[in-house]
This record gives sequence, C-alpha cells and structure tokens, in this order.
Amino acid sequence: MSYDATYTKELPLVPERSSFPELDEVVFKPTETKPTRAWYIAFIISSTALLIGALSLGYTLYYGIGMWGNNNTVGWGFDIINFVFWIGIGHAGTLISAILYLFRQKWRTGIARFAEAMTIFAVMTAGIFPLIHVGRPWLAGYLFPYPNQHNVWVNFNSPLLWDVFAVSTYFIISFLFWGLGLIPDIANLRSRTKSGIKKFFYTILSFGWRNSNRHWQHYERAYLLLAGLSTPLVLSVHTIVSFDFAVSVLPGWHTTIFPPYFVAGAIFSGFGMVATVLIVLRKVFDLKHIITIDHLEKMNKILLLTGTIVGYAYAMEFFTAWYSGYQFEQFVFINRAFGPYAWAYWIMIACNVGFPQLFWFKKIRRSIPVMMIIVILVNVGMWFERFVIIVTSLHRDFLPSSWAMYIPTWYDAGIFLGSFGMFFTLVLLFVKLLPSISLTELKAVTENAQPKNH
Amino acid sequence: MFGFFKKIKNKITEINSDLGIDERNQELFAVSALFDTPDDIIKAAKTLSSSGFKKYDIHTPYPVHGMDDPMKLKPSKLGFFTFFFGSLGTLTAIAMIFYMAGFDYKNIIGGKPFFSLPPSIPVTFELTILLAGAFTVFLVLILFNKLPLNNNPLLDTEYMKRVSSDKFGAIVEADDELFNKDEIIRLFKSLGSSEVNLIYKFKHNELTTERPIFDFKFITLLFLLALITAAVTYFSLNKLIYLPPFNWMSEQFKVKPQTQSTFFEDGYSMRNPIEGSIPRNELPYEYRGLPDSLVKYMSNPLPVSKEVFEKGKTMYDIYCSPCHGYYGKGDSRLNGQFPNPPSLHTDRARLMKDAAIYHIITTGQNIMPAYDKQIPQLNRWAIVHYIRALQRSQNANDGDMNK
Repeated sequence: MSYDATYTKELPLVPERSSFPELDEVVFKPTETKPTRAWYIAFIISSTALLIGALSLGYTLYYGIGMWGNNNTVGWGFDIINFVFWIGIGHAGTLISAILYLFRQKWRTGIARFAEAMTIFAVMTAGIFPLIHVGRPWLAGYLFPYPNQHNVWVNFNSPLLWDVFAVSTYFIISFLFWGLGLIPDIANLRSRTKSGIKKFFYTILSFGWRNSNRHWQHYERAYLLLAGLSTPLVLSVHTIVSFDFAVSVLPGWHTTIFPPYFVAGAIFSGFGMVATVLIVLRKVFDLKHIITIDHLEKMNKILLLTGTIVGYAYAMEFFTAWYSGYQFEQFVFINRAFGPYAWAYWIMIACNVGFPQLFWFKKIRRSIPVMMIIVILVNVGMWFERFVIIVTSLHRDFLPSSWAMYIPTWYDAGIFLGSFGMFFTLVLLFVKLLPSISLTELKAVTENAQPKNH
Repeated sequence: MFGFFKKIKNKITEINSDLGIDERNQELFAVSALFDTPDDIIKAAKTLSSSGFKKYDIHTPYPVHGMDDPMKLKPSKLGFFTFFFGSLGTLTAIAMIFYMAGFDYKNIIGGKPFFSLPPSIPVTFELTILLAGAFTVFLVLILFNKLPLNNNPLLDTEYMKRVSSDKFGAIVEADDELFNKDEIIRLFKSLGSSEVNLIYKFKHNELTTERPIFDFKFITLLFLLALITAAVTYFSLNKLIYLPPFNWMSEQFKVKPQTQSTFFEDGYSMRNPIEGSIPRNELPYEYRGLPDSLVKYMSNPLPVSKEVFEKGKTMYDIYCSPCHGYYGKGDSRLNGQFPNPPSLHTDRARLMKDAAIYHIITTGQNIMPAYDKQIPQLNRWAIVHYIRALQRSQNANDGDMNK
C-alpha cells in the first residue's frame, strides 16, 4: 500500500474527486442500509439455484455417484470439469490482489477486495467437487496424511494428493490475505456504527484495530510479504491442477504445455467472471466513479492477452500432436475438432479465441453492453475448455472397444447450477455485509493523499 | 427472529454498562489532536519524536507514506519471521514425506524410489507457503501489533472515528515521562491542529484484577460445551456411520458367510462341488459310505514333522475345534446350538487306527458332516496327526515325563 509518486502521471484513480467521508458513505452504504429490491430478487434467484444444487447433491450423497453421467470410460465428468472451472475463476482475485500489487498497478485498488472475495468463494465452490467426486465425502479426511490405525500414509507421488495440499493452502492463504485487508475497514465500520449487534461483530472482527502508524508499518510489510508469497502460490495451484492431467499418460493430457496453458486459462476465466460481476455491481451500488470504465478497459486488455495465450496453446497442442508423429495423440486432436464432441470444441474456440479478439478495438473495450456479452461468452468458453479437455480425451482412448459417450444427467446439471447458486449467494451476502471496496487502499491512492514533500 | 436479535442487543448493552464500557472516569489517558493534511501530520510526527516523547502515536485512515523516518521507526523485522517459518515449512514437508513414504510405509508405486525429490516438490512448496503466510498474518497481529486489544481507551472515541475516516491524528499518552498536559495542548495548537481533545480511560480498566474464568456461568458454559462435544462425537462415531447412506459399504450384493442364499434353490450360500467331481491331485475316496468293517485301512502318508503338526493344528482349529474344542474334549463353542460330540480322549477314539479317523473326517459320522469337500486330502491326514498328538498330550503316562 505504499505508493511512490514518482511514476508517470496516469489518469486519476478516483476521477470525480471525492472527499474521504463521501467515499466512506458510498462504500459503506450497502452495509448500513436495507437491501434494495434488486438485491432481494438476485438473492432469491441465486438461493433457489443453490437449493436445487443442494437437492441434487443430497440425492447424490444418498444414492451414490451412480446418479451422474460418469461411466467406465469417462470416469471424470461434470465433477472435475466444475472443479477446474471454479478453481480457475479464483485465480483472477489473487492475480489482482498479489501480482498487480507487486507490479504497483494502482488501478487494482478499486477492484482488489471484491476480486479477493471472489477468489475465496470460487475456491469454496470448487472445493466441493473433489469431495463429492470421491463418492463418500464423509471419509474425505483420508485425503490428509494423519496417523491412523490402518498404518497407511497417503501417496506423495500422486498429483491428486498435491492438489489437496495446493487447494487447501490456496484457500487458507487467500482467506488470510483477504481478512487482513478487511481489518482496517471493519475497524472503520466499528467506529461508525450505532447498532449494538453490528458493533459486537465488528469489534470481534476488527481485533481492536486503531489505525496506529506503529501498526501500519508492520501491516504493510505483512501485506507485501503475503503478496510475495501468494504470487508463486497462485501460479503453483493451477500448475498442480494441470498435473492431474499432465502426469497421466493419456493422449491429449500428457503434454508439458499444460501448466502455463492452464494458468493463462485460469486468469482468463477469472477476469471474465470478475468483469461480469463488477459490471453489475458498479451499476447496482452506484460505484461508477470508483470502478470506472478505465478499470474495465484495463481488465479487457488482460482478457485479450490471456485469451490470445490460450489460443496459442490450442494451436500448439495441434502442432505438437502432428509433430510427435504419435498416432494416438493425433487421433485425439482430430477427434476433438471433428468427432462427436466437435460442437463443444468449436464453442470453446469461438468464445475463447474468437470473441475476445474484438477487444483490439478501443470502442468495444469501453462499451458496457458489448463487454458484458463478451465476458459472459468467456465464462462459457472456459467451461467448455475443461469439458473438451476432460471428456474428449477420455471418451475415445487407445482401445476402440472401450469407447463410450458421456451424457450428463439432470443431477449433474443440478449440481452445476447449484455451484453458481452458491457462488452468487456468497457474493451477494458479501456485498451486503462487508465493504466490497478496500477503503484504506482507495484513500491511499486518491489525489493529495500522500505528503507532497516526499 | 428480530426479537431474538433485539434480546442479544439488550443483553450486550446490559453487559457493557455492568462492565463500565462507554463510561469513562476522570483519569487522563492521552491528549489527542486532529490534523487536516498528510503534510501536517508528518510535521507533527517529526516534532513529537524530536521533542523526546516515547509514548506518542500517529493515527491515519490509511498508511501515510514516509512516516517511518519522522517517527524514527526501525524497519519491520516481520520478514525474518516469515523466512524462518517458511524454512520450517520446507523442512517439515521434506521430513514428513521422507518418514512417511521413504521409511514408515514403503509402498511400491510404478517401481519408483520410495522417496525422491521431484515428486516431493509440490507438497514441500505448498507447505512452505502455508506456514510462511499463516504465521506472517498471526505474528503481525499478535506479536507485532499486540492485537486483539479491545479495551484501548482510544476506541469508541470521536477521535478514533475521525482518524478512521478522513483526519490525521496524533496523541501523547499520559504515561510518558515528559507528559505535561498544558504544554502538549499548546504544542499541538502551534503545529496547526484543528481540534485538540482529552481522552480519558474506561472505568472497566480498573476491574482487570477480577478473574472471570472462575465465574459460575463460564464454568457452566465450559461444562455444557464439553458435554455437547462428547455427545456429538459419540453419536457420529457410534451411531451415524451405521445409518444409511454412510453404511452402504456393508450393504452389498455379495454372499456373506453364515447367511441364507435367496438365489439358490437349496438355500445354501456355500456351494459344494458337483457330485462326483474330483479335486486336482487327489484320488477319489473308495470307501465312501461303507461301514468301518469293510474299510481297508491304510497308514498316514505324511511324515511326523513340525510342519505337519503345525498344518494339522491350523486345520483342526479352523474346522474341528468349533465342536470338538481346542483340546478335543468335546467342549463345543457353539453354546448348545449343536449337540456336543463325544470327547476325542475316550478309549474308543484313542484306540482307533489313523485311517479310521481319516475315514470319519472324510465321510462324516452320525450327525457330523463330511469334510472332504472343504479340507484337501493331505490336510486331513495332517489333522489326524494332530489329533494323535492331542490324545497323547491329554493322556500322558509316566514315561512321557522323562522325554
């Protein structure tokens, strides 16, 4: 949060110069007023989706994962697709909060808190899928190495175990990072509030923070250290997720391009989701002067970059398959583009490589409706990317006699819908209950916020 | 619902007034001053530190850059702790994997070494980050900033409200050696402060000698929590896991021992070989169904050796002992569900030839079923040897003592 004033002059980050109390008012308004009708409608829709998901999941837990479309050949279906999809979405938040922080990208301050919250909710949503994928989630404790009466330890050579460590570390560190950032803002809320109950909770959550500069000094150092730790962490998490595939010997999975390709895809999909929600949020909560069109334009540039990297990876996979001269590898890719799941492949190509290229045009980068359509298509495309990687590689492997088609059931669809319900319910509760913009960081980058003589 | 919250709210207010929170006594805690711009507060910090005050502080709504020099703060040492705990994470992970995979549970996976570095890197890396990050957060709050601390007199003041929002504040605590109320007020005013205030201590700060840990309510709460934890643990470990769907591993479409079959006509879940089939490496038994007198006796083909006796004991314990007892005394373990057989230590049994016992095992006798389908030929002979040894052991004569 320390910013040097020696950088080239950019556009002011809070253009319509607001005084600090005005910023307080705007950011704390959702937490201090009754929710609007729009919030209630959104909440009802998302919690209904969550309920449908919970019911589908309940059936699955009671009767077992035979309720799903998975079969002998395609053992990984919606469960793993959704896991990779949601964990990927989480990556944008850490990128914004950690990597852009290290690069001193001040424009991140307006969106960092919200993106971090999204990370946490996305990882929580993602975490459900491997648990239910194991079939008997109440025994999921076996995933961790703990001394047990079976005298058995987990297999440290398995990428699935690496995943356990990566995802749990990612969640804990992201949560602590987010929580540390929230403390000063909650302390501010604590000073403002008049309600006894709110005060009770804010008092607990703010740890008695009192804005002392003796504290800020260590706090800023902790923030920097956490950003430094989170940066390799976020890269490692999707790398390890890609190992789930790349360490196996299946054609279409067994490639070294997977880690960078997955990380770029994760950031791409994450920014897609952050942009989708922010466009709605800034409209609903009247934050257009804090989350400006310039922010969205910068995010669109990142979408363009990562979308192009992903497109390059798609092309490179085909090249490698051809260049390897390996029949099975070549077949997988021909089957992807022209086989029974070709429709999914072309949806993926169109949404991930095609439409984001429109962001080369400044007019489109700054047009809210067009942007909204494109970022939603990015979300769709990235979901289909995981579908294509998982299903088309599995459904026709080495032995034609074991080929099969994967057809998801209604329970798969219900759980998928429920994951969106859970995510958006949490997002809605967050924007209602906690400050969704980091005020301390925002105030620090407004004009005249730092001493002139420095 | 809202009534419930209202109740909590009233309760909190009640507790607060009991403890004297929000009520302040006349003991001075500090003199506070508010400033309007970051430049002013830097100047104030410089003046306070150079005047020799030790117990002063600067409060700003966000970290004001360049405050370390004016306040003469040393660089934070947090990084050393992060490095230490990160290294601890690395070592823990390597030691853990080495012990678990390379030493305690050597499991062959694809013929690879039990412990090797490359597959250990991901877990090691994650644990490094986990310990470094988690301890950074805990230490910065607890060790470096001495939080949580909710009874600091600065909290719940107008001063704190302003420095949380838009003003920049400075305080000098009354404990400072150089503290002089009027002089400090004058100093703050000369520095351009827009507002100077006195902050008094909370009343409840005097009550800190009380020991709420021995409070009856607190002990009751602890007891109830212990009870609930015990009940939940008991329920989940002893009851819950035997309820569907958690017990569905034990409800499978397979044949379990000692259960009736609903599939086969005869109702037996155990299947015998088809009548007349002969096991590999065995000869058909030619005296089946014949009375003892017509059986042409042969001698035991097995040598008398330790291995044979051990084999015989194993087989006897499995197949014979449920009725005959471990020592052949006819003391059935079946608790009267099946009539007890006679002892194997009667004269009749002891004087029987080996082959006669073999004959009984093979074809059965009275209500004893035939065991030829369950026990292979040579194992039956081993049992015969073992029965002989049992008989000898239970009816030892004086001469045996000397051997």
